[in-house]
Amino acid sequence: MKISPFWIITVLILIGGYLFAEWAENQFLFFAGYVVLQSLIMAVAWNILGGFTGYVNFGSAGFFAVGAYTAIALHQFLEAPLIVLIIIAGVVCGLIGLGTGYLTLRLRGVYFAIATLAMAIVFESLITNWEYVGGSTGAYVITPTEVAFFDSYIEMLFVLMLFLALVSVAVSRYLSISRIGQGLAAIRDDETAAECMGVPTLRLKLISTTVMGAMMGVCGAPFPFFVTYINPLSAFDLLIAVNSIAMPMIGGTAVWFGPVIGALLLGTIQQIITVTVSSELNILIVGVVLVLFVALAPRGIVGLVQDVMKKRRGK
Amino acid sequence: MSIDPSLLMNAVAAGILLGGFYAAVALGLSITFGQLDVVNIAHPAFIVAGSYLVFALNGGFGLDPVLAGIILMPVFFVVGVLVYRVYYAAFERTGRESLAGLAFFFGLMFIIEVLFILAYGVDYRLVETDYIGKQIEIGLLGIPWRMLVPFCAAVVMTGGVYLFLSKTFLGRAILAVSQDRLALQLMGADPIKIKQIAFGLGIATAALAGALLIMIGPVEPTIGRLYIGRIFAIVVLGGMGSIPGTLIAAIILGLAESLVATYIGPSWAPTVAFGILLLTLAFRPSGLLGRQA
Repeated sequence: MKISPFWIITVLILIGGYLFAEWAENQFLFFAGYVVLQSLIMAVAWNILGGFTGYVNFGSAGFFAVGAYTAIALHQFLEAPLIVLIIIAGVVCGLIGLGTGYLTLRLRGVYFAIATLAMAIVFESLITNWEYVGGSTGAYVITPTEVAFFDSYIEMLFVLMLFLALVSVAVSRYLSISRIGQGLAAIRDDETAAECMGVPTLRLKLISTTVMGAMMGVCGAPFPFFVTYINPLSAFDLLIAVNSIAMPMIGGTAVWFGPVIGALLLGTIQQIITVTVSSELNILIVGVVLVLFVALAPRGIVGLVQDVMKKRRGK
Repeated sequence: MSIDPSLLMNAVAAGILLGGFYAAVALGLSITFGQLDVVNIAHPAFIVAGSYLVFALNGGFGLDPVLAGIILMPVFFVVGVLVYRVYYAAFERTGRESLAGLAFFFGLMFIIEVLFILAYGVDYRLVETDYIGKQIEIGLLGIPWRMLVPFCAAVVMTGGVYLFLSKTFLGRAILAVSQDRLALQLMGADPIKIKQIAFGLGIATAALAGALLIMIGPVEPTIGRLYIGRIFAIVVLGGMGSIPGTLIAAIILGLAESLVATYIGPSWAPTVAFGILLLTLAFRPSGLLGRQA
């Protein structure tokens, strides 16, 4: 049996991440790393729908927050372990994603984008009015001080997030390079033509939206335990939605590693700016970089690199 | 629960006044999105920019907010023309307006918001005039001036835009470009120039809408986000670019929000717009006074 280099690298990164967590002293690195990995998962998830099929989802923050609040509700109700919360949050958001997929039957292009934004705000109102999970005042989560195999809880969360990120990338890569990916690309280029050629567009779109939703829910579930205090404003932060669009657009939306590059680059820059300058400037830079990239480099960093390679080969 | 007539009457009056104001907010998008198919998701950010500039003029020179808004309109018109030029050169000409154009305006919205956060901070700002804070009493009905003035200004502006589009040559050209760009080109007119003017007009309405916004209540830089859903709901419900449809849809939304806020609770009011939007998109995508079925 042949093992592809991708899997070897994936396992090496995971082991490397664990060893790093064991040795690193500076706790800030875990916090910063967690945030970058969180936006990486969101970017990869967004790209599965937005990049592969061309349906723009403005409601990423909605899926993320529903994942986070599903975890909160179950944590209060059952005191279930984190891994169970993550799985259930994934299932709940996957189902919402499936519902979103049926929206694409009637709504295309910009109408779909607006409908997803609308969904996110409806969820926000529902959660703001749901007292059990804290309503508008928010909810506190008390995290255990000791965990097996790790020095601290945040270390565990960091390694967990690294694991989830690697799984997301693997899923996204599979969807992109398999037959499904070809079908999704056909939808992006011309949905009607794809339908006429016998591509099962609805089924593919449903797969795409469900995976996207589930991934965002999974990404949101550990969030309350990371910040220990959550309110609708922080869970539905529009920056989450912008980042999950900006990162793939900057990296390159057509290929599975585009959002990974975009997220690592933009996420790291954001962390550095937030610490050294201010968080307002951080948002400003996301905005400016996003506008510059969509206007000047529509295929993102991946596209730029491909162009340079082509020119070199030409000479 | 018996319905208190005075409460109901006040809720209805407040809803109609609020709806008029919503028409002013949605009017620009009705032109840019409804007629030009430019998904200007940054429109509320332009409105907030209008609010802050009105705040500066009001605080610096003691200008009346409505007057300040009207003075700002030509400035916003020029900004709108410039934004459309960039948008056309980068996206429309190359035919990638859908995804990239959306992301462009999304980014633009953030840039505008953060510039005002950097300049003014995240505190709420408000304007001062003699009439804000007073109200007229008619029987059981109390109508505050800070709602009545925006309502009147909004209705006048909506009427003005309607007359401009339906009576003048340029206005009809804008309607023509939204219906059939190629035909207009064949008649010897330059569709890009006309769209540029129309987009400028759409952004110009944001200046006055911003003045009305800061009269109705205090403003902070990210308040525009609350209006994204409302204005898209109004434009879609109104039938994509129909000016009378925009006014009717805005008043329906204002009434619905006011009644929900009075009888169910203010925290549910934002859901109303999106509920209406989702229902419209699902059942009647062409809106109330739609261009086509």
